[in-house]
Amino acid sequence: MRTSTTAPTTPAGSALGPARRRRRRRRLSGGPSTVATVAGLLVAAVMAFPVYWMVLTAFKPGVDILTYSPRFLPTSPTLANFRDALGRPNFWSSVGNSLVVTLATVAISLLVAFLAALAVARLPFHGRSGYIVMIIFVQMIPLTAMIIPLYLLLNNAGQTDSLIGVVVTYLAFVLPFTIWTLRGFVANVPADLEEAAMVDGCTRVEAFRRIVFPLVAPGLVATSVYAFIQAWNEYILAYVMLSSPEKQTVTVWLASFTTQKGTEWGPLMAASCLTALPVVAFFLMLQGRMASGLTAGAVKG
Amino acid sequence: MASLDTGPTTGPLGGPVTGQSAGRPARPPTSIRPSRRLSPLPYLLVGPSVLLLVVVLGYPMARLVVISLQRYRLRELIRGSGEFVGLDNYRAVLGDPFFLSVVLRTVVFTAVAVTLTIVLSTAMAMLMRRMHGWARIVLQSVLVLVWAMPALVSIAVWQWLFDFDFGVANWALSSLGLDSFDRHNWFADPKQGFVVITGLVVWAALPFVVITLYAGITQVPKELEEAATVDGASGWLVFRHVTFPILRPIYVIVASLSVIWDFGVFQQVYVMLNGKPSKDYYLIGVYSFIESFGVNDYGKGSAIAVLMVLMLLAASVVYIRQMIRLGDVR
Repeated sequence: MRTSTTAPTTPAGSALGPARRRRRRRRLSGGPSTVATVAGLLVAAVMAFPVYWMVLTAFKPGVDILTYSPRFLPTSPTLANFRDALGRPNFWSSVGNSLVVTLATVAISLLVAFLAALAVARLPFHGRSGYIVMIIFVQMIPLTAMIIPLYLLLNNAGQTDSLIGVVVTYLAFVLPFTIWTLRGFVANVPADLEEAAMVDGCTRVEAFRRIVFPLVAPGLVATSVYAFIQAWNEYILAYVMLSSPEKQTVTVWLASFTTQKGTEWGPLMAASCLTALPVVAFFLMLQGRMASGLTAGAVKG
Repeated sequence: MASLDTGPTTGPLGGPVTGQSAGRPARPPTSIRPSRRLSPLPYLLVGPSVLLLVVVLGYPMARLVVISLQRYRLRELIRGSGEFVGLDNYRAVLGDPFFLSVVLRTVVFTAVAVTLTIVLSTAMAMLMRRMHGWARIVLQSVLVLVWAMPALVSIAVWQWLFDFDFGVANWALSSLGLDSFDRHNWFADPKQGFVVITGLVVWAALPFVVITLYAGITQVPKELEEAATVDGASGWLVFRHVTFPILRPIYVIVASLSVIWDFGVFQQVYVMLNGKPSKDYYLIGVYSFIESFGVNDYGKGSAIAVLMVLMLLAASVVYIRQMIRLGDVR
């Protein structure tokens, strides 16, 4: 660990001496290898298995689910489990509630966070360091620790069992993350572009609007999709805050399957597929862009 | 700690790494300084977020600390205000050997889960680099798919995989000749239960860490590693002395985030055990939640939550320093 601070500008091993250099091209790290490919595909299979098993179970008829000799390929696919899941009470209302809560959370946090990200990434101001420290600090607070005070806050405000209350609690974990990620995306836009625009007579605000905004647009999309997913997937806050069944969100609806005696795996897996579907669609659109947002600037120096 | 000091002129990585800054002379992080230092613009931009954060986080955090100093049960909940009892809640929590056992369990769980996550994802990220393009896309898509799974869906699926009667895990193990796994209850023994829970947590955490590490690895200049290889360094030495130091900031971030997430694990235990985990399954987050919403002792639950945040803070000093550097450099 300690030696790793050696500046990477001195390539490791340069002290090994010229004699060793003759063994060059022994194995340069570049080329793809068949062994790695096979190993990687095996890893992919292992990682994918739980998801595959979920989808497969969802399409199996009941007799094929409750069996001691499971089949690993779809032999007689059926939609019965999906019909069962969709027929349970409150499915559509919970999807609607999830959409309302999620979209409101995304809209508010994205607007507020974009403004803040511009300031943090581009402008010097008093308290900037303090602000950054605060954003980092609040991201470290585990959500579990915040359930009690958030619940009591809403309880005092008479907003338990209300979707507005849930949006407020979701902002608590979506907003800091959104500010931080957008900061990364804004920081990745070369400042020279704005400088040029300002030399040409743009004001600071105009430069933000005409130069930074279009360039950050993909980052805004990525961040909003990720915020969407976080809010859509959240369970425990919604479970604590919402008591009436017609107000529950889709994750709470899903959890109501398991609490009944003896889980019905077929409908539960079908419901799981339905819950995951919008998120998976979004995520595949995003690809790996979120990761680069979080650590933007970490390697670029 | 001292190892983080990379000197005043270098970047967060301790040296110029990519070509981005190579051609240009170093310049201060914010190159355009407004002529008037006290422009109102940044404050207008930051204002709304500060206001909102104070309402949704600042106030609740303060409230958490206040309640942890109060007697706050069902009666106080209905009345809406508690009664100050000083440090009684903390005394009750810290004086209880059960709390220490919960903390210990949480620390062990976190250490195991984070180590597994980091080691496995490093291996996977390095593997991805050597894979053929099409296969890499397959693996990446699988990772994204797993990443997208809502936590609750993952829990349901893993419950099903490890089901007592018809779970495929029991079927596979007993097919391998391990008869004891025929109709095996994984959750009867907390040790085995935590194997399943750790598996789920690591499985769900891997995609983010692998994708982040891989994104970092692709930014490591090939020439550096090639130079080291030419000089005779083996794969492990190249990783240890070239790749890892460059990726160090990313490692700090993903490791710290993993610690934060795993230390706060709640749903994977609470929901996996259908909302009634036995005391042998309590992690600190579960303990805090059940003390509050199960036992209705919000004061004690808050004290546990405050202690949890303090422990995390102490553990995350390195992370905070890394992130502040990241935020400041640009």
